[in-house]
Amino acid sequence: MQEELRQKALKALNKNALNEEEIDISNFEAGGKEHPYLENIQELPEEEKKDMLVAGVDTTEKERTGTFILQDNSVIHASVLQEGLEVMGTAEALEKYDWLHDLYWNLVEVDKDKYTAKAALEGNRGYFIRALPGIKAIYPLQACMFIGREGLLQSAHNIIIAEEGSDLNIITGCTTASHIGSGMHIGITEIYVKKNAKLTFTMIHNWGEEVVVRPRTVSVVEEGGTYLSNYISMTPVRTVQMYPTTYLKGKNSVARYHSIIVGYPNSDIDVGSQVVLQGEGSRAEIIARSLTRGGRIVNRGRLVGEREGAKGHLECRGLMLSPKGVIYAVPELEARVDGVELSHEAAVGKIAQEEIEYLMARGLTEDEATAMIVRGFLNVKIMGLPEELDAEVQKAIAMSDASNF
Amino acid sequence: MLRVEDLYVAVGGKTILKGVNLHIKPGETHVLFGPNGSGKSTLLGAIMGFDRYQVTSGKIFFKGKDITSLSVTERAKLGIGISFQRPPVLRGVSLGDLLQATDREENNINELAEPLNLLSFLERDVNYGFSGGEVKRSEMLQLLVQNPDLVLLDEPESGVDLENIAIIGDAVNRLLQKDGYHKPVCSRREAKESRKKAGLIITHTGYILDYVPADIGHVLYHGELSCTGLNPRELLGCIQKYGYADCTRCLA
Repeated sequence: MQEELRQKALKALNKNALNEEEIDISNFEAGGKEHPYLENIQELPEEEKKDMLVAGVDTTEKERTGTFILQDNSVIHASVLQEGLEVMGTAEALEKYDWLHDLYWNLVEVDKDKYTAKAALEGNRGYFIRALPGIKAIYPLQACMFIGREGLLQSAHNIIIAEEGSDLNIITGCTTASHIGSGMHIGITEIYVKKNAKLTFTMIHNWGEEVVVRPRTVSVVEEGGTYLSNYISMTPVRTVQMYPTTYLKGKNSVARYHSIIVGYPNSDIDVGSQVVLQGEGSRAEIIARSLTRGGRIVNRGRLVGEREGAKGHLECRGLMLSPKGVIYAVPELEARVDGVELSHEAAVGKIAQEEIEYLMARGLTEDEATAMIVRGFLNVKIMGLPEELDAEVQKAIAMSDASNF
Repeated sequence: MLRVEDLYVAVGGKTILKGVNLHIKPGETHVLFGPNGSGKSTLLGAIMGFDRYQVTSGKIFFKGKDITSLSVTERAKLGIGISFQRPPVLRGVSLGDLLQATDREENNINELAEPLNLLSFLERDVNYGFSGGEVKRSEMLQLLVQNPDLVLLDEPESGVDLENIAIIGDAVNRLLQKDGYHKPVCSRREAKESRKKAGLIITHTGYILDYVPADIGHVLYHGELSCTGLNPRELLGCIQKYGYADCTRCLA
């Protein structure tokens, strides 16, 4: 099995991803120095704690049910505070559970492109998070992907399982140490939402300015299951390209993707979400907000209706805050049977002068008015996050707000 | 309080106002009548300083200061406020957030929102999905929080049902320190004399006059003030009788 994967991966090592600029993986250093495991994350240097907090990872673990930290390519911490939840390194989980091998490289194809291939060859770092049947996590679990070494290639393989009837919130904070400029992150994530389970997966990207990011995420939702994916990228990054895909297999399964992306000069962000509606009565919603201050953002969204009665809506809005920069909205709808209901709306433009003057007439300055409209545009309330997650995201936005707006 | 001198204003290169003169003293409420397209909203927009209204000649003074080239923000901070006829929708910005951001006097916002039936709107996006009456009530609430010395009201009653007109009339009176909304005084005359707030109201129907006592009426016709300085109610009656074009017949 392992050998078969390896052979497949080797063959795909030069396979570029669709729609992307050429990235030479060999420019980045794989592996790197091993970091010791920390029983107590309070031992982390203060500076790193601060870096992680910006990405929504709170090392005080206040209102957190568990924590996982991948520093460079070492699992330096994995802990969980609630019975019925599991948090550990993927390698450890594969040793512990034989059945897990069937779910490993099961949704994401090893030879999808050179990034999946590279990740397969690099090994099984990353996290395994699982909620046992019927378990409802009181607080979110947090996972941190942290790059602390210049020019490093971080590669992670994550598996998330929300077993039948469970309810799980995960915040994944991806960040580089503040002194790091360049690096690369490849993240494979395979997500299983079982019958009547609910998973809220919030990913906050806070990478360095020269970091190349290639996540590859696929999820499957069974009958009555709900998958909520939130993605936030508010800081400069060299390039992100990803196209997470959800298969709504089960009857009445639901998927909702929300993304908030801010592009800066030199950023090239190509992000899409795809939902394939296969279950009877399945529902999907994709809501995207992109804002550019000079970077290029491609926002793809795709709904595929394969089962009669499936319903989906896609909403994509882009705001240009700079005469430079590009926002390219690509909403796609595909009906493969009749009786599916798919719709989309997309709008791209600059802030209306009328809106700014409306607020100026109430006494705000032009800058204050613009900031207020931008904050509204990036409104995270639409994400419908649980209170404690919402607070984290608001904090992340406020921090980026203070430094960039 | 406000003095407009020989004002010419163009919109998109087309001259709309042609030499308007207007003087509003503290405590006075003026009413502006005129047919569609005569330049009423242009006059209000030019006083507020909106970008699309280009002053090509003439001057605007507020509290003795030449504000002709000041920004909208500066004018608002000096004490001019405006209610929009058709305000924009601000997605993601709640009415409550907006009020908090513009409140410079630590008002009790709930207390101001309650009589306007807007308590449940504070959480909603500004003007998003608001009905005609709700838009106008929200405009009144924003002005009450801002508390300007000169209030410009662009058709406060348009699209508003009868019940809501009373509520809006009440809010306008409050803005203009009329009736019971001023410090206790002995007589109407004293009340009027101690009042400092001024207003300029555009109205088509005149319904708002049933609720808001106004002092002076004007007709703006083809970009010029034709009949000016008359009692607003008499002027309205005259317009109904002779039409805007011939309102000058009432002057005789």
